[in-house]
Amino acid sequence: MIRDITIGQYYPAKSVIHRLDPRVKLVSTLLYLISLFLFKSISGYLIATLFMAAVIRASRVPLSFIVRGLKPVIMLLMITVLFNLFLTRSGEVLFHAWIFTITEGGLVTAVYMAARLVYLIIGSSLMTFTTTPNELTDGIEALLHPLNKVRVPVHEVAMMMSIALRFIPILLEETDKIMKAQIARGADLESGNMIQRAKSMIPILVPLFVSAFRRANDLAMAMEARCYRGGEGRTKMKPLHYRGRDYTAYLVMGAYVITVVVIGRYMPLHVWIF
Amino acid sequence: MSIKLEHLNYVYSQGTAYEKKALNDICLTIPHGEFIGVIGHTGSGKSTLIQHLNGLIRATSGELYYNGENIYREGYPMRELRNEVGLVFQYPEHQLFEIDVLTDVCFGPKNQGLSPEECKERALSALRLVGLKEKYYESSPFELSGGQKRRAAIAGVLAMRPKVLVLDEPTAGLDPKGRDDILDQIAFLHRETDMTVILVSHSMEDIARYADRLIVMNRGTVMYYDEPKKVFEHYQELEKVGLAAPQVTYIMHDLAKNGIAVRTDVTTVSEAADEIMRALS
Repeated sequence: MIRDITIGQYYPAKSVIHRLDPRVKLVSTLLYLISLFLFKSISGYLIATLFMAAVIRASRVPLSFIVRGLKPVIMLLMITVLFNLFLTRSGEVLFHAWIFTITEGGLVTAVYMAARLVYLIIGSSLMTFTTTPNELTDGIEALLHPLNKVRVPVHEVAMMMSIALRFIPILLEETDKIMKAQIARGADLESGNMIQRAKSMIPILVPLFVSAFRRANDLAMAMEARCYRGGEGRTKMKPLHYRGRDYTAYLVMGAYVITVVVIGRYMPLHVWIF
Repeated sequence: MSIKLEHLNYVYSQGTAYEKKALNDICLTIPHGEFIGVIGHTGSGKSTLIQHLNGLIRATSGELYYNGENIYREGYPMRELRNEVGLVFQYPEHQLFEIDVLTDVCFGPKNQGLSPEECKERALSALRLVGLKEKYYESSPFELSGGQKRRAAIAGVLAMRPKVLVLDEPTAGLDPKGRDDILDQIAFLHRETDMTVILVSHSMEDIARYADRLIVMNRGTVMYYDEPKKVFEHYQELEKVGLAAPQVTYIMHDLAKNGIAVRTDVTTVSEAADEIMRALS
């Protein structure tokens, strides 16, 4: 039941995107997300869509898997769209009934917002689908390394992140087990109002917390037993190296950002009110 | 109270990269009142199988009949099924959450909609059945030792008075004494009440001692479903799938091979001892 959440999961496949250096993927994802806010025209969205489609295609992650990742954020998406749709007042009025007014500006903002949000989510989940949590933290650690000079404990933060990521599936599985065990004892998790439902979470949350603390304790002990002393002087078994394809990826990404910004800003396409 | 499985299939994470066939065309009939042992290698589908019995997992295809009624039909009262088929998970102590043992054991009966007095009465009798000492009833479940926690958790399911009790490796992680205690207690329960008991285990020895019949699982299929004696006759096939017959089976076969006229179908140590004595005298 709980396994349906695909956001943040790794999808094992053999593709160019999977093989890229995690730093490339991190930087590219960040650039892509920023690029989404640098234009406000259909032509820009068209290019962003094409680019994403090409990357999805190259990543060999099935589209259905990606779309499923959008499910948990659908509520957020709806709320954003509705607020923008009804509360933005600019341009001609398209629709008016009782207290509800939809203006041209509202519709445009709502659609753009929805598109941006969906692209933000797909863009960032595409990174997690194609990068194992370990690679991801290695990448973050390498990228943030310069911050060490200003006494930011980069290694420790990266370690905490990788532990947190590593524990997500474990705790999900554990939650699943505990839920099943309590359902087997007749627990009712679905019916009732908000307060009753919140209350019915107690039989799941208490054992889950107990087990999380126990695991944390065990892990700390195991790390100490293997003489873990933090990042200082620590070397890596698989240090990150840029290869030819990584430089190509940077070039492609740079080309994309330039194209999307130039075309999105200076060659706008007009369809109806957009 | 029979349970009947017809051509049951289950596929994990269907339609994703992690797709895995866990159960493959399972056909079984579990009659009422028997003590059934389920054994199989890790990943053979034992746990998946038993979670079907109270409807926690819904089969991908196939039917499951409880008392002749198809539990997958529209509007089947799943909650009632779960009241009748009690499932104790592996490491059941991980589901303890209440402030004291007694309240925790009351959780099941309370969900059945019983009055507080009735809950308490059932909880007390369940705790007595599992042999947990009275001084622990008021203590926090987190203060108990491993074996005691396990007992408290089993009591939590027993308090619901199920007609079928399913236990997924109830002795995992316990020391030999704790293991024997718990298994003896379960055997006692089976004798005293007319409960059907389905016991999943890794240990052939344990299962041979208690079960009327064995289900041997291998790669999602039922390899054997028969009396322990008959199953252990296939000890060579069992080895091929990473299982082993109880040690006495090997001893008896070796003795027979070396010219001592013993029966080879004994399953427990005491039976074997009697049989050897008989053959030698």
